[in-house]
Amino acid sequence: MTLNSILPALLGGALLGLSAAALLLFTGRIAGISGIVASLLNKGSLSGPWQLWFAGGMLLGGGLAVLAGVPLPTVAVPLPVAVIAGVLVGIGSRMANGCTSGHGICGIGRLSLRSIVATAVFMLCAVITATLIH
Amino acid sequence: MNAKLIALLCGVVFGLGMMISGMVDPNNVLGFLTLSASWNPSLAFVMGGALAVFIPAYQWLIKPRVDASKTALTGQPLQLPANRQIDGKLLAGASLFGIGWGVAGICPGPGLTMLISGQAPVWVFFVSMLAAMFAYQRVIEPLSRATKPSA
Repeated sequence: MTLNSILPALLGGALLGLSAAALLLFTGRIAGISGIVASLLNKGSLSGPWQLWFAGGMLLGGGLAVLAGVPLPTVAVPLPVAVIAGVLVGIGSRMANGCTSGHGICGIGRLSLRSIVATAVFMLCAVITATLIH
Repeated sequence: MNAKLIALLCGVVFGLGMMISGMVDPNNVLGFLTLSASWNPSLAFVMGGALAVFIPAYQWLIKPRVDASKTALTGQPLQLPANRQIDGKLLAGASLFGIGWGVAGICPGPGLTMLISGQAPVWVFFVSMLAAMFAYQRVIEPLSRATKPSA
């Protein structure tokens, strides 16, 4: 771990915090990506709620980063593993009503005990799972 | 400024943050989640950077509005989660989410952002996640609500 890898992590993280704080301050909404994605499944969602604009912005921001020279990483996950991971992440985030962004940033950032517990549990389960299989 | 435009701009900043922080790279995420001699702590700095901005912004700019007008700067209501319960559903959901995250190193934010890469595993992850969310919202949750005696 060198300064060259710490600085992008810190700067990128700060942008995530800035985005979530600005969204809440200006529009009153929580920047929880699992909730935003799930809301796009609701009827009439394509007529343009804020979630669609935020999700579109994320794709645009990702594209701008690529144009600015940030490399796109290679995702070498076998397809059956991607299916299992997607299903678990999808159901788990709905049951817990949040994911890394909603509980991990916005919830912990509001010092919500519910989010602190959720984040501790999913971190612990993720560490155990990853350490066992990788 | 219009709320949709603000949401778009915040989404752009979030997508930039995803890319710059390295959260979009499952190798970084799994390097953090896998305890080994080559442990990669960078994810802790992503989280630290995010909270270093969000916590003071919340305490100084947002919380006073929560306590007073309960409205955001655009006049819309501040929609903070009302649910404070730490119950079996939260713990089970967080556990399933954690296992899924530990399996592939992809959570919803990076999964969405990385769709631009066009890589098959990312699209398969994202579509599976959407299908599971749909199944949960339309089938599992209504069923569990119907079988529970209402108060």
